[in-house]
Amino acid sequence: MTITTIVVGYSPAPQSEAALRRAVEEAQHHGARIVVVNGATGDRYADVSFATDENLAAVHDLLRDSGVEHEVQQQVRGRDGAEEVLAAAEDVGADLIVIGLRRRSAVGKLLMGSTAQRILLGAHCDVLAVKP
Amino acid sequence: MDGIQGLIDGFAIAASPENLLWAFIGVLAGTMVGVLPGIGPALTIALLLPITYTVEPEAALIMFAGIYYGAMYGGSTTSILLNTPGESGSMMTAIEGNKMARSGRAAAALATAAIGSFVAGTIATLALAFAAPYVVNIAIGLGPADYLALMVVAFMTVGALLGGSVARGFASVALGLVIGLIGIDGQSGAARFTFGIPRLLDGIDTVVVIVALFAMSEAIYLAAKMRPGKPAVMQLKGQAWMTREDWRRSWPAWLRGTAIGWPLGAVPVGGSEIPTFLSYATERRLTKHPEEFGHGAIEGVAGPEATNNANAAGALMPLLTLGLPTSATAAVMLVAFQQYGIQPGPLLLENEPDLVWGLVAALLIGNAMLLVLNLPLVGLWAKVLNVPTPYLYAGIVTFSMLGAYSINNSVFDVFVLLAVGALGYLMKQYGYPIAPLIIGAILGPLAETQLRRALAISDGDASALVSTPFTIAAYALVVVVIAVPRLMRRWEHKTAEEIGVLDEFERLEHHS
Repeated sequence: MTITTIVVGYSPAPQSEAALRRAVEEAQHHGARIVVVNGATGDRYADVSFATDENLAAVHDLLRDSGVEHEVQQQVRGRDGAEEVLAAAEDVGADLIVIGLRRRSAVGKLLMGSTAQRILLGAHCDVLAVKP
Repeated sequence: MDGIQGLIDGFAIAASPENLLWAFIGVLAGTMVGVLPGIGPALTIALLLPITYTVEPEAALIMFAGIYYGAMYGGSTTSILLNTPGESGSMMTAIEGNKMARSGRAAAALATAAIGSFVAGTIATLALAFAAPYVVNIAIGLGPADYLALMVVAFMTVGALLGGSVARGFASVALGLVIGLIGIDGQSGAARFTFGIPRLLDGIDTVVVIVALFAMSEAIYLAAKMRPGKPAVMQLKGQAWMTREDWRRSWPAWLRGTAIGWPLGAVPVGGSEIPTFLSYATERRLTKHPEEFGHGAIEGVAGPEATNNANAAGALMPLLTLGLPTSATAAVMLVAFQQYGIQPGPLLLENEPDLVWGLVAALLIGNAMLLVLNLPLVGLWAKVLNVPTPYLYAGIVTFSMLGAYSINNSVFDVFVLLAVGALGYLMKQYGYPIAPLIIGAILGPLAETQLRRALAISDGDASALVSTPFTIAAYALVVVVIAVPRLMRRWEHKTAEEIGVLDEFERLEHHS
């Protein structure tokens, strides 16, 4: 199948970095473009999943060096990471979503929620889950 | 009872397991509350006042004082890491501290703040212990006219020095006086400002007013104006610690900060903004590294942090010896004393020496606990900031309503809470300060009693109010105080401009 647009769910964590690198490989293989999405709800004083300007600069450098067509989105609109990724996938008509996976126990998922699970279940296209 | 003997007895009382536990709970709660912007020690103590129904006076007051101190420690954490002051006393810390954090020196900033707070708190509390008996000796000679003059000074200073303008501050004090007047007048039996509502004959409970103004109005304000904003990111890696160079530069700043903060805590300057600004300006003038100010100078963190802790200890002095609160938190602690039927004042040291010395000794122990809590565990406190604010404020509002209901088991109080909360929101929206209202509401009735007593003694002769040297000096001070804020503000702005931090300063000024 042809993949023209890949959406990457990004946050400053090792699994997301691995997801980004894997997405770059896929994009180079299929000649697709990448849309990197970093969303945060903006309702906390400090958010660990929010990418700083340095993080985003590093992402830009990585994508520029790889030579793929890319776009980086960072929205703070009161929606959390999973919703942002799914919304972006709808908007750009993504053929593939790439996310990073980390181990979370059943109780952890119960208490803290699982972004990956919501993206997997809510996506309209294929989802590639990458381990760090 | 002289200082050293009293302190030793106090340690015997404070070192009991029960009191140590309460001190620990207090400092823990205080640090957490200090870390979170928007919630302060005054609100926390007000919400926890119901424990005075069942807990011993020493234990409860030790916990409340622990909360007061803890909040001064916690406020620096948010200031440094997020550039958002957790307390108004941490405003100046944010200027240099956050710059240090951004250049990767968050650990040093947090360490100097914690250790400086410990040094200042210890010295200031010891000063409190040794000076209290002397102040009490002076205070015993004060008559009703003198007390009235003191309270008028408090009203004027708090009104003039807080808030966007002098007029707004005075309006706030006036509102507080009105709210304090509601109810039946003790001496004449006349119902004042009750509008025919029987429930208001008892007046509005000060706890309801405090909780409404701090919690409900903050919640409404946040809900009204908060748009999803860019969240800040933690800059902290590892624990807090300092290099030898940092130590060398910090310890003079700590001592200077203590010297500035303690005396200013004892006079009604309405909180810690002015003392911390003075400390910052002093460090700026005396530093050997002037080019660093505005870009992360460690003295700019060490001085103000020491000042705000010394300020808290200093504020306890007039509270315990004169019964005069000089900040909103001290005002709530006064209410806590009154719940037990204990009236702080010159006789407190005579009648309840165990309480006072136990409290002071417990504060010294609490200070040490705070150092241990804040140095290695600072990463833990930083994590508190990851809680989504909607959940946080939902919890706060629930507690507030529960607290308001529990005072008299009456739903009417909850409605009063909402009404005063709405008033508080309007005040916040239009830049009227809240602390003067609380001081007006609490001190107003007391001032009225003293006024009546003074006039009764002099048979209605109003000149009795300015007859003693103390009263003349106090009223002269009032005149000075009204002139000073304008100058203070202009000087503050000029100094901030000189350093090049004017934008930061103005932003922080409007934030708190």
